[in-house]
Amino acid sequence: MSAAIELHEHEEEEDLPAWSLPAEAVDRIRVPVTLPDQVTREWAWGGSTGAGVRVCILDSGIELDHPLVGRVDHSVAVLRDEEGELHVVEDDEGDLCGHGTACAGVVRSLAPDCELTSVRVLGAGYKGGGETMLRGLAWAIEQEFPVVNMSLSTTRTKYVERLHELADRAYFKRVLLVASAHNMPVESFPWRFASVISVGSHEETDGLTFYYNPTPPVEFFGRGLDLDVAWLGGGTLRCTGNSFATPHIAGICALILGKHPDLTPFQLKSVLYQTASNAKGAAA
Amino acid sequence: MSDLEAAVAAGVLGADEAHRALLQATVEVARAIYGAKAASVFLLDEEADELVFEAVAGEGEGELIGMRFPADTGIAGWVLTTRQPLIVDDLSADTRWSRTAAESTGYVPKSMMAVPLLVEERALGVLNVLDRPEESRVRLSEVDLLGLFANQAAIALDLLQRARRAREALAGEGRLAPLARVAGRLEEDERDAALELLRALDRLLAETT
Repeated sequence: MSAAIELHEHEEEEDLPAWSLPAEAVDRIRVPVTLPDQVTREWAWGGSTGAGVRVCILDSGIELDHPLVGRVDHSVAVLRDEEGELHVVEDDEGDLCGHGTACAGVVRSLAPDCELTSVRVLGAGYKGGGETMLRGLAWAIEQEFPVVNMSLSTTRTKYVERLHELADRAYFKRVLLVASAHNMPVESFPWRFASVISVGSHEETDGLTFYYNPTPPVEFFGRGLDLDVAWLGGGTLRCTGNSFATPHIAGICALILGKHPDLTPFQLKSVLYQTASNAKGAAA
Repeated sequence: MSDLEAAVAAGVLGADEAHRALLQATVEVARAIYGAKAASVFLLDEEADELVFEAVAGEGEGELIGMRFPADTGIAGWVLTTRQPLIVDDLSADTRWSRTAAESTGYVPKSMMAVPLLVEERALGVLNVLDRPEESRVRLSEVDLLGLFANQAAIALDLLQRARRAREALAGEGRLAPLARVAGRLEEDERDAALELLRALDRLLAETT
């Protein structure tokens, strides 16, 4: 498969002007959601359980029947055939290491009624991870998941251009990529791109506490220290890291989209900023 | 061994030892700062796809150097694959941990911090810190500190690998070994003439390229 070729197919929105705005088209532009003067947490997700929102976990798989994860609607894996070609296939392996289950459990804890799909691109001893991750991400974008949790990144610059194209494609297709910042001061991707929501960790203990950072590349900080996350065998494991801060933000995004499904990634990022714990919408 | 080979080998060998000492100092400081039972560095041997103990401070010091595991083993294997640091407070509950590998070292830790050693795009190995005091709760600043140690260890490991490659190139069947042998075989007055020939060749190449 060639992600680069696929990326050049343009899919225009129906009825809406794509490149310029003729005068007679002005009335045809409808913004489905307009934000109120003061965006509050109550407006953003009050009463939402994430119902109807499809969240994709791009990771090591999700353990089925884990009590902290609950229902997993669909599981696929990116696997290499004998010729070396990558394919997205139905998957019943669950999780090979626990990391994806942990992320799924965090999303579930915040958005109890969201739908979860697992795309397995990482596992114990997995090799060739970059290509596999790209293929899995391309598939998730094709499926138009409103939220994709990516608690992983690559440091290899040879993937940067294709990843960047995928991230922009996602942004325009209303697929919100919520991506972990690296836990060390190194260059890695896709979290450094402006078209994704990048997440680092804070040290507080409330899952709904999150901060907007006006000096990126990390734009938001979520709960990422000393968490008891879902792990293999139906159990839990005490973990720390941006990998677990990220699904907190993904879960909050699922809550917001449960109430306002038509928000674009641009609008959703604005809502996140306005409801962040260091912004005035958090108090209400 | 020729004079030249001996001289170069001594230089490279010296560098090898200095870099190893730097790596050892890094794990010793890491162990001391965290108050840990042990700290160690694994080098990734890409050809063999194995992790090799290169430096150990504390438990296992002086015994484990050179010991090897498959590169995807345990926590270190995970850290190498994901290129992300990992802190595990209860290893026995973590399915990524390999108890068998730990037992083969003669010391089975309860907790571990591991961080990849990255130089540019390459992952050269893993720095491990085993068994910090149980009462010390991890803080994010400690993760940052671990990253700083990892940078230092990565530089030392990079230098060590370069020195080894230089030594291999000059010795035995290495790429530059014939040059070293030829130069070494020449008598002193012949050597001057040979060096003049090489300089002339160098000038010629500089003019034609």
